Amino acid sequence: MKTLEELKAIREKMQSQVAMRAEDQTQTRVVVGMATCGIASGARAVLTKLADLVQEKGLTDKITVTQTGCIGLCQYEPIVEVLEPGKTKVTYVKMNAEKAEEVMERHLVGGHVVEKYTLASVDLK
Amino acid sequence: MYRSHALVCGGTGCTSSGSVQILETLKSELEKHGLTEEVAVVQTGCHGLCALGPIVVIYPDATFYSQVKPEDVPEIVSEHLLKGRVVQRLVYQETEADGKVKALADTDFYRKQHRIALRNCGVINPEVIEEYIGTGGYEALGKVLTEMTPDDVIQTILDSGLRGRGGGGFPTGLKWKLAKGNVADQKYVCCNADEGDPGAFMDRSVLEGDPHAVLEAMAIAGYAIGASQGFIYVRAEYPIAVERLKIAIQQAREMELLGNNIFGTDFSFDIDLRLGAGAFVCGEETALMTSIEGNRGEPRPRPPFPAQKGLFGKPTILNNVETYANIPQIILHGAEWFASMGTERSKGTKVFALGGKIHNTGLVEIPMGTTLREVIEEIGGGIPNGKKFKAAQTGGPSGGCIPASHFDIPIDYDNLIEIGSMMGSGGLIVLDEDNCMVDIAKFFLEFTVEESCGKCTPCRVGTRRMMELLEKITKGQATMEDIDKLEDLCYYIKSNSLCGLGQTAPNPVLSTLRYFRDEYEAHIQDKRCPAGVCKALLSYHIDGEKCKGCSLCAKNCPTQAIFGEIRKPYKIVQDKCIKCGACMEKCKFGAIYKK
Repeated sequence: MKTLEELKAIREKMQSQVAMRAEDQTQTRVVVGMATCGIASGARAVLTKLADLVQEKGLTDKITVTQTGCIGLCQYEPIVEVLEPGKTKVTYVKMNAEKAEEVMERHLVGGHVVEKYTLASVDLK
Repeated sequence: MYRSHALVCGGTGCTSSGSVQILETLKSELEKHGLTEEVAVVQTGCHGLCALGPIVVIYPDATFYSQVKPEDVPEIVSEHLLKGRVVQRLVYQETEADGKVKALADTDFYRKQHRIALRNCGVINPEVIEEYIGTGGYEALGKVLTEMTPDDVIQTILDSGLRGRGGGGFPTGLKWKLAKGNVADQKYVCCNADEGDPGAFMDRSVLEGDPHAVLEAMAIAGYAIGASQGFIYVRAEYPIAVERLKIAIQQAREMELLGNNIFGTDFSFDIDLRLGAGAFVCGEETALMTSIEGNRGEPRPRPPFPAQKGLFGKPTILNNVETYANIPQIILHGAEWFASMGTERSKGTKVFALGGKIHNTGLVEIPMGTTLREVIEEIGGGIPNGKKFKAAQTGGPSGGCIPASHFDIPIDYDNLIEIGSMMGSGGLIVLDEDNCMVDIAKFFLEFTVEESCGKCTPCRVGTRRMMELLEKITKGQATMEDIDKLEDLCYYIKSNSLCGLGQTAPNPVLSTLRYFRDEYEAHIQDKRCPAGVCKALLSYHIDGEKCKGCSLCAKNCPTQAIFGEIRKPYKIVQDKCIKCGACMEKCKFGAIYKK
């Protein structure tokens, strides 16, 4: 190691990894339904996509991506819930990797809920 | 990239309760489910809750599983890591409240803790240098080498108020300043990792969980005093610590964080390991250096102090593992930050190894000034089986006992010395009403008698004579004059021994005499051990009212000392009884008592 820059580069590369292990109640939680119904309709691709994006963008200190079990709306899986501290929960339905990317860009980074994918926009019968 | 991290504790406590098998099962189960690309498995250092090991923590949700068995692992993988459903039955109970999972940091065990020396223990993989760097590792060394002069470094450490965590509590900055002031062609930086107190494992856990922090701090010390070589003296009885230190030194050399011209500056520094054979006296600074030199580990008189003439006759500083673990954080966050914690004359935090009669046996790091009550009742979870607190023993064989009357004393160096104990390296053994204080004093003295190196007479012969007096007392053969004799001998040994081992060896006796003299007197005058520990003063009896004559006691007596007729009260023949207590343990009616 001959310069501080080298050290900084390693730190930045590792930081997103290690930061996952910090417990922080002020983080935004992104929860992917990963019960049998979710897995069958492709939730795993959504989960890995979101987890990768958060780390690529270096947002692990602000956003955690986790899974959860079945929330009971199996026909709308894969379901992704976004829980921001102090805001109402937003539920996205029938997600896939591309939609997840869009939610990442516009909602989690940009701060605008992607209305067209939310549960509210689906006509629940 | 990984979406989840599964941390498996690889400290000594969890390793001995089977965490290695858990690690292996976890890896194979993840493979089975095709999750190896998604979930990272990380072996970490100690989490502190050793009583509840093996411990597995799943991030990002920070689910804390305790007492995990290899057969639980498939469920954790298929339920939690795949489907995201927490395996409730394995969750550390304290983190559950009203069916909801609360944060680990909010549990009684962790809430009052403040982790500086242990900050990476249980968080990073100690065998991967990049993980240490990822938490800010080696930045302090970079800062020191590029922005600070050696005098700046020493001033920062002085201002922080950091005192030696190995026992004596000497100001670390002052030690460095003295060593820097001495001119020599070669100086040395040593690390005392010869943790020898019975029941203490703080340094072991730091070395196992965060070895790079010690290496970084030693390099900083080297820069401050002008040394190019460091030695870590670690006992061979700590195989995991030795292994991780070796890996850490290797990795630091490969990254050129040890070696020549670190960070492109003129500063060069390297570290070597020296393994000790586990002699307690080698924790004493001059004996330790004599041992590194390749000689028999015996202390020598001071002065000259190590800062003038230490290892190989050169100016040397010697600090303890935990002291070093604080250094990088002080450099990064500043002296004021560190000095803002603790009490007036004891700054920062202290790691304690909780042991004895306490629920949460393990490792805790608390700000100086935390009361004993908080440590034992809140963090430690109190005393099991509804027993009453009698005393806490701190400082191991060099320390003393803190009785219940000092339960609310803020723990720091000066307060502990004032009440006749000492901080020591941080062992904290909790004693309840079932512990005999004379027996405790005898236990620690037995240890010093064994470990006395034999070089000076007061320690070699004196401690043995003390031991004989204590044996006399516990056998009920002593007179009241023996207590005075014992006390005189204590003061004589304290003032005439060559090194710290002998000078502090009488402390357990003196402090128990100070607070529990009545127990000594009961042994001598009433021929009675109040706690029912000292066998020579005990006898077992059967309560004829309660005994149903089931014969279970007689069947379990190894010496056939119990006889009687079925359905009639049994009797114990005192001549044959060896006082093993087997009958009392087996009796279903509580008919057997000791007095």
